[in-house]
Amino acid sequence: MRTIRLLLEKEFRQIFRNKSILALILVMPTMQLIILPLAANYEVKNINLAVVDNDHSTSSAQMVNKIVASGYFKLCASPATFEQGMELIELDKADLILEIPAGFERNITREGSEKVFLAVNAINGVKAGLGGTYLSTIIKNYNQDILLKWAQASKIPAAPQINITASNWFNPSLNYNFFMVPGILAILVTMVGGFLTALNIVKEKELGTIEQINVTPIKKVHFILGKLIPFWILGNIVFTIGLLVSYFIYGIVPVGNLALMYAFVIAYLPAVLGFGLLVSTFCETQQQAMFIMFFFMMIFMLMGGLFTPIESMPKWAQMVAQFNPVTYLIKVMRMIVLKGSGFRDVLPHFFTIILFGVVLNILAILNYRKTS
Amino acid sequence: MKEQVIIADKLSKRFGQFMATNQISFSVSAGEIFGFLGANGAGKTTAMRMLCGLSIPSEGSASVAGFDVYTQTEEIKKNIGYMSQRFSLYEDLTVLENIRFFGGIYGLSDLQIKEKSDALIQQLGLEKEAKKLVAALPLGWRQKLSFSVAILHDPKIVFLDEPTGGVDPLTRRQFWDMIYAAADRGVTIFVTTHYMDEAEYCDRISIMVDGKIDAMGTPAELKKQFDAQNMDEVFYQLARGAKRKE
Repeated sequence: MRTIRLLLEKEFRQIFRNKSILALILVMPTMQLIILPLAANYEVKNINLAVVDNDHSTSSAQMVNKIVASGYFKLCASPATFEQGMELIELDKADLILEIPAGFERNITREGSEKVFLAVNAINGVKAGLGGTYLSTIIKNYNQDILLKWAQASKIPAAPQINITASNWFNPSLNYNFFMVPGILAILVTMVGGFLTALNIVKEKELGTIEQINVTPIKKVHFILGKLIPFWILGNIVFTIGLLVSYFIYGIVPVGNLALMYAFVIAYLPAVLGFGLLVSTFCETQQQAMFIMFFFMMIFMLMGGLFTPIESMPKWAQMVAQFNPVTYLIKVMRMIVLKGSGFRDVLPHFFTIILFGVVLNILAILNYRKTS
Repeated sequence: MKEQVIIADKLSKRFGQFMATNQISFSVSAGEIFGFLGANGAGKTTAMRMLCGLSIPSEGSASVAGFDVYTQTEEIKKNIGYMSQRFSLYEDLTVLENIRFFGGIYGLSDLQIKEKSDALIQQLGLEKEAKKLVAALPLGWRQKLSFSVAILHDPKIVFLDEPTGGVDPLTRRQFWDMIYAAADRGVTIFVTTHYMDEAEYCDRISIMVDGKIDAMGTPAELKKQFDAQNMDEVFYQLARGAKRKE
């Protein structure tokens, strides 16, 4: 115990003397939590729409009004011809061209149908796809409005139709922040913990101080605990800062139990710290450690279900995600924050993540050699 | 005959094809100052690391303080002090914090640490620097501090790897006074150096060339054997035959 206390004393003194590390620990998560959710938003807004209105009628104007009023589109130009519209797309000024044919109003009224033409700039696939879908939906709605109006006017029963009423469980307002912020926080906790641990030990190797430690009768387990505990505490501090940021900036209040969230993070951190430790035992320089950690962190981030659902990945990628500790933290965070899952619901994940921690730390202890 | 605290028999270390240390045999008795000389790359540090339990030998046998270098490395570590070629105290800790940390790791009690650090600070004349970061100390002081920390837990043997490299002559003299003081208390000193005047201060020396020990004896014996005026000449005669380049 005394040895561990001495190690902790030393480690904390060094951390608090290193102002840049301290800033990294405190400021980085705050900044990233403020900035990243803005970028990690799938909602497409401000789509530039060019309308070629060849009809210039009340109906065409009504439809365009309805489109712009949806809030997703910006009417950027009203070119006279489709060719002029194409030029706008080529100059990247417009994302979509809606061409309303001449005789639009007349054909709707007389023949009951009319075609409009939609051209989409598909360089940005997401924007194009979503933009096209939004626009189609709005036009469909407009279509129904007209149908309804006629039906009332002529007393003819309207065509039967299915009305869909959706209610969004767990995130009723479909607020992306509720979904992304807990996930980003999971990544931040992982990054801070993993990188700090790996770099800390490799730095001792570079300076040669680890040799002075290795020549003492200190036990390996003590040394490793002396390295894990400080970063485990720091990980919890980062997590707390993250929760405060999510509350004060995004107004996110976890539906579930806060203590359960902490319990999971407490169980989770040894896994990432053990991973950082394991990497450090293989590296001789901080550059090596940095690159290896980056390699894995990228995989952890992109394959942990933060941006894309794991269920939609190919089978083999789903297997990879199973071996990614971040997957479980992101999942559990979302379960507790959004759904209010209880202890029973997350228990299997507890077992998995503790297993990760045990295996990684045993590997790290085995691979750390006082005598080479 | 005095107790032999270090016994090496055909001790070797191989890195791939390269024999860093090639079948060296020697013994050091308790309380002796044993100089371990050799050109850069002759294999001194490798040999010393094996004796300290930092590196497992490839062949041969050796015991340090009665413990085997293959199986009892952690026992050896309890009984030795080690000062490596590189400065290896924590530069971002103060003088006192370093003493406290390393003293504590070797199992000294808080009271012992307190007494020892007071004595040490006074002896080194570091009263004003005690609470300063080690990074702020000049090299000579750092080396003296490293040595003091290495013998803080009263080890049987202390291994010093080029302790006076880059240090001014006056500080070197003071450093050797500290070595003598430790030897008088019965600590066995195992020291490598490139300064031939320092070799003269040793009770006995060995000179390594290309991983092997080519000569061993008291400074007087070696000078006689090689018909040399001083240790410099002895060293030149041996090192000139070396094939390894740095």
